[in-house]
Amino acid sequence: MRINDYIQFIAYVALLIAITPPLGRFMAKVFQGEKTWLHKPLGWLENLTYKISGINSKEEMGWKGYAAAFMVFHVIGIIVLMVFQMTQAWLPLNPQALPNVSWHSALNTSVSFITNTNWQGYSGEVTMSYLTQMAALTVQNFLSAACGIAIAIALTRGIARRSSSTIGNFWVDTTRATIYILLPICVIFTLILVGQGVVQTFAAYIDVITLEGLKQTIGLGPAASQVAIKMLGTNGGGFFNANAAHPFENTTALSNFLQMLSIFSIGGALTYTYGIMTKSRKHGWVIFGTMLAMFIAFTTFSLMSEYTTNPVFNQAGIMEGKETRFGVFNSVFFSTITTSASCGAVNAMHSSLSPLSGGIAMVNMMLGEIIFGGVGAGLYGMLLFVLLTVFIAGLMVGRTPEYMGKKIEAREMTMVILAILAPCASILIGTAISAVSPAALSSLANKGPHGFSEMLYAFTSAAANNGSAFAGLSANTLYYNLMLAIAMFIGRFAIIIPILAVAGSLAQKKYSPPSAGTFETDTGLFAVLLVGVILIVGALTFLPGLSLGPIVEHLMMIKGQTF
Amino acid sequence: MKYIMPAIRFKLFMIVLLGLIYPFAMTGISQVIFPRQASGDFLNRGGQVVGSRLIAQKFEKPEYFWSRPSGVDYNPLPSGGSNQGQASADLKKVVDERKVKLKAAHPDQTGEPPQDLLFASGSGIDPHISPGAAQYQLQRVAKARNITIEQVQKLIDQASEGRQLGILGEPTVNVLALNLSLDKAQGIETAPVLAPTPAQPAAPENATPSAPVETK
Repeated sequence: MRINDYIQFIAYVALLIAITPPLGRFMAKVFQGEKTWLHKPLGWLENLTYKISGINSKEEMGWKGYAAAFMVFHVIGIIVLMVFQMTQAWLPLNPQALPNVSWHSALNTSVSFITNTNWQGYSGEVTMSYLTQMAALTVQNFLSAACGIAIAIALTRGIARRSSSTIGNFWVDTTRATIYILLPICVIFTLILVGQGVVQTFAAYIDVITLEGLKQTIGLGPAASQVAIKMLGTNGGGFFNANAAHPFENTTALSNFLQMLSIFSIGGALTYTYGIMTKSRKHGWVIFGTMLAMFIAFTTFSLMSEYTTNPVFNQAGIMEGKETRFGVFNSVFFSTITTSASCGAVNAMHSSLSPLSGGIAMVNMMLGEIIFGGVGAGLYGMLLFVLLTVFIAGLMVGRTPEYMGKKIEAREMTMVILAILAPCASILIGTAISAVSPAALSSLANKGPHGFSEMLYAFTSAAANNGSAFAGLSANTLYYNLMLAIAMFIGRFAIIIPILAVAGSLAQKKYSPPSAGTFETDTGLFAVLLVGVILIVGALTFLPGLSLGPIVEHLMMIKGQTF
Repeated sequence: MKYIMPAIRFKLFMIVLLGLIYPFAMTGISQVIFPRQASGDFLNRGGQVVGSRLIAQKFEKPEYFWSRPSGVDYNPLPSGGSNQGQASADLKKVVDERKVKLKAAHPDQTGEPPQDLLFASGSGIDPHISPGAAQYQLQRVAKARNITIEQVQKLIDQASEGRQLGILGEPTVNVLALNLSLDKAQGIETAPVLAPTPAQPAAPENATPSAPVETK
């Protein structure tokens, strides 16, 4: 690493820490129903939303009601998104006269965008009309992010409330997350991005004759307004195929820096919100610190791998798949941020990273994206591991485990284990089926272990709701569209439903004050134990799979072997 | 299910607010305060659009600076990279061919060609090359145009950008801006005309072989 890399690394971490308390405090106010300075200009919009939607904002929901509203809303979301894609040829704002999308591609994209995955089997600039991009995809970028935040807040309430049968109102949480948090930030962020050169126009694509007399057609669109929420909401679905590598989507080093910062901003700040709402700020910082420490460790390892000389080319810091304006550091840095969070936007082609850097991207996703993570998803994913750690610590000392004054019992642990194992199972089973299916293998672009990695990455990305890809894989086929849609569905709902069950169950419990035997969760020791549990679960589950992909590829590559 | 109607109404309201009002408002404001950036930063010559400052073009003639190799042959529909792994035999072969070609075109240069001219970009339309890649091509361009190295160097400096805010990203040289200024310095100010199609090779030589480019 060069001096300039360290400066950018430190600047990034410092800014992330700096914005966490103010943003976290603001979100706590919003979700506790307190008035903020944004209520004056935007309060009417919140009330109008309830009025038009017929929502009773005073209603409190139990976990089953909350889950029912969540599921119904998502089914409606899938239907609406499919309708937009499959009728776009007959709708306005389609200057390129793009045809309707096939049913299986539309289904895959719909599941992808409602689950905050934003896996894209399609290429934006040759598939989606401007109307589909805006009214279908941009909207769902906001809503899937808002729903993720809502679930994290519901779990927080379940932990904070005592002897309560309710955990909040799904509609109110989603509305407030959208109107007071996501939308205001996106309005400002969009204008900054446009100032840097991200396009925002309804003009048709432009044909040019280049200086050497060749024809080139340049795609345009209302990109900046979608890119803002794509990054802030850890969605990651590119307006253009090359995603954040495309100069119209991520024009300068500054736009790149801000996009990277926005990925972690809400996920980081939610740990502070959690600390406030559970009245244990120190524990909130312990969670933040655990995430940050893991992020720094994984990123450093990934950078070291990329900066190590590749014997095949006898060069270090291979520029394949990377953009000149970002260079090696910002490409690798972006790759670990986007996979630590469930963002999945890419500013360099992950398939062309060094094998171990690509492997780190997979590991980040396999661990459940709990390093800041997706908006909301990172916090509730990490809390699953916190509960597991508390449980294991309790077993070690032979006491009933307690967390925040609540006894952790069999029912909670059943749900926690289900939520941790469901995505792991869909990654491994999906990859295993693909490895013996001709329909799956015919889509591979690379040979040898890298081809296996393409499939492993695809199912990891889908089940972890990330959405990035080893994009040589031709994924817009019936097989992958359906298989990955199933993996995305499991990766979202088989975590969220158990989480809400845990929230409902914890909310009902009485408070039992901590005693001398209670394991403290706001210490460095707890952070170490937490990291240990996360790594053990991840390693036990995925080491064999990783060995067949990136690890063996690395070992062969350093001997000069190509595939 | 008592939540079905609220879900439908909430979704429709959000489509109006976030899917129509928000992008239209953002477009309106952007077009007023940043009209050039919001529209794609297109460049004109002789009354005709010749490209975007942000989108790479294919340059193969000796009198132009060459862009980085492209996985999509500089056709941004769709954009993307080669997605070849770093231990790919195909990639090794393509890079070796590029190296031979670059060395043949730059007999004055003794060192290895710079990395960014050997490896394809992520977007396939990276508008920049590194300062090293500009220096590597400097003598060839000056010779082909029959102008001095100092003149070309001056234009490179004008098309160069340092790290943003002094620390972010990498220094770059904008290829299209540089080539336009080279033409202008020699009095070429007419719009380019479409080259006869047979002149184009069927299989582009400096594109990597993989066609599928699905990117997240």
